[in-house]
Formats: sequence, structure tokens, C-alpha cells
Amino acid sequence: MLSKKVKTRLVFLGISFLFAALLTFFTLKTLKSNIVYFLSPTEVYNQNNLNFNKKVRIGGLVKEGSIINQNTSIKFTITDLKNEIFVSYEGSIPNLFSEGKGVVVEGKLQDKKYFLADSIIAKHDENYMPPEVKQILKENKN
Amino acid sequence: MIDKLFPNKILSLNNKFFIHLIFLMICVIGVGLIYALLISPPDAVQGNSVRIMYIHVPASFISISCYTVMGLISILSIIFKIKILPYIAKSIAPVGFVFALVSVFSGSLWGKPTWGVWWAWDARLTSMLILNLLYIFYILSWKLIKEFEEANKVSSFIAIIGLLNIPIIKYSVDWWNTLHQTSSITLNSAPSIHYTMLIPLLIMFFGLIIYSLIVILMKYKIEILKLKLKKK
Repeated sequence: MLSKKVKTRLVFLGISFLFAALLTFFTLKTLKSNIVYFLSPTEVYNQNNLNFNKKVRIGGLVKEGSIINQNTSIKFTITDLKNEIFVSYEGSIPNLFSEGKGVVVEGKLQDKKYFLADSIIAKHDENYMPPEVKQILKENKN
Repeated sequence: MIDKLFPNKILSLNNKFFIHLIFLMICVIGVGLIYALLISPPDAVQGNSVRIMYIHVPASFISISCYTVMGLISILSIIFKIKILPYIAKSIAPVGFVFALVSVFSGSLWGKPTWGVWWAWDARLTSMLILNLLYIFYILSWKLIKEFEEANKVSSFIAIIGLLNIPIIKYSVDWWNTLHQTSSITLNSAPSIHYTMLIPLLIMFFGLIIYSLIVILMKYKIEILKLKLKKK
């Protein structure tokens, strides 16, 4: 049905596309550690060759009731519900930063459990709702 | 040969047709904007900055869709050498590019009040930036290469290889840890957006899709007119 020319072009394009796809796949796989924007506390915990002099980002939830404000500095705990990291930070805080919400901190690990942050980025989830609905959800939960 | 079928149809789309479409678009976007900016509630967490979503999400979706269609048409065009296809692909590019830009800039404006940063090199943002670059390369290859066949080959190549970026954009938030949140609207589960926000979002979607169609059709009509002039 297809003419020979069309068939050749189809095969050629198919093979080149497949080749490019494989190339992309392996590139992304190799670069995985650079592509992930942050590590979770568990990933930090499981990593053996951590470089404590290198800047890293760690993300998770701000543990409920863990925020301690001291004039200019703030201390809190990041958790992924399995492992926790204690964070100390000095500077301005994004509006969305609050207990139980997502957060990404940038800075240096002092050890596997203690992190000195130079910046805080708030992360938000994919749920959107008006304040009244949130209130109702909260009441139903309790 | 080219004058048969499709091209004549597009030329029969006169100003009256476009004015009707533009009128429809203004109505839909008008209603959408009133709903999005005035009627819909602020978000429980983000407050009023959530209203950027009503532009950001449709813009991103349209730019990705446009690129996908452009890429698929380019594949058909390379394999079957149908004369009209390159003109269609070429007509889709500008609107896709504009929305890709809108997506990045509105995202940046949204990022500052919510995340606290204008930009982050996370997988979703970076792959979207790459989409912008691909659009630029695609459009430039048409502009800079004078010979049609040559320009067609190069731009189709860019469009087809760039297709690989599309699933990366789509699934970046699921494959890697990213700052960008995961999708709120998915095919296999209920949307995680409250309906008072989902309705204006869908209206805006519809309005901007009509806008894209108008621009694509107009551009395509111009391409065909140019072609006819050249032939004479």
C-alpha cells in the first residue's frame, strides 16, 4: 500500500526517533542526581557518601509544633514522616511557610540530622480550595 | 495541485467568520475573567495569588498541545510529503510560542509570592524553558533559511526531536522531586481543585483555545495567500 519511498522514510524516521529517545532516556537517568530539586530526609539518611561542604536542598513537610522563633532566627524540623532533619535558619521567610506545609531548604548539612539553611522556599500542593471549605474540612477532621 | 481541497477552504473563511469567532472569544474570556477575578474565592493557603492559575494553566496546556500537534504534523509531512502540512505546522508555532512565554512569566510571577523565588532550576520549570527554546529554534529556522525545502527539513527535524521533551514536561513532577506541584487535573481521578475555582479555569481554557484557533487560522490563511501570490 505504501510506496517504497514512503516506507524508507518511515523506517528511517522511526529508527532515528527511537535512537534519540534512548539517548534522552539515558542522559536523564545519568543526570538524575542533578535533576532532582531536593532530597528527602530519608534519602539523606540512606546516602553514604554525603559531601558536607556542598550546598544541597532538602525538602519535606514542616513538622507540626516544631517551629521555634528566636528574634531573627528560626528553627524547625523537616519530616517526610519516616525521617526527620533539624533545620536552623536566619532570614526572611516566604508567606506560605507554616506548620504541616511543604518546604524546601537550601544550605549545608552539618550532619545527617542537622541542617544550616541559607534560604527557605515554600512548596505548595496541588489542592486548591476556598478558605470556608478548608475550615469545614478541618472541623470534620477533628 | 496545492490549490485543491484544503487551501481553498481556508481562503473562503472571510472576515465575517473571523469577526464571529473573535466576538465569541471576547464573550468567553470576558465571562471567564469576571468569574476568575471577582466571583471565584481566594485560595485557603495562597490567597489571591491563586488567580494567576487562570492564565498560567491554560497557557501551559495550550503551548504544550500546540507543540505536540506541530511535531506530529511534521512527522506526517516528512514521511508522506504532503505539500500543505508544513504550512499548517508553521502556522501553529507563533501562538504556541507566545503561550509558552506566558506560561514561564506568569509562573515566575506566581512563584515569588508562593514559593518565595522567581525561578528555580527544577525539572518542570527547566523543561518548560527548553520548550521555549525549541519554539524559538523552530520559528528561526523558518525565518533564516531562505530555501523552502531546506527550511522545512530543518524545522521539521527540530519539531520532531523536540517531541521528546513533551512527556518530560508532563511527567517531570511525577518522575523527580520538584518544587512545582503535581497536576491538579488528571484523567483518572477527580480534580483537586474546588469547583468554584475549576469552573472559571475551564471557561478561561475555552476562551484561550478559541483565541489560539483564531490566530492559527489567520496565520494559515496568510501563508496560503503568500503561496498563491508567489505562484502568480
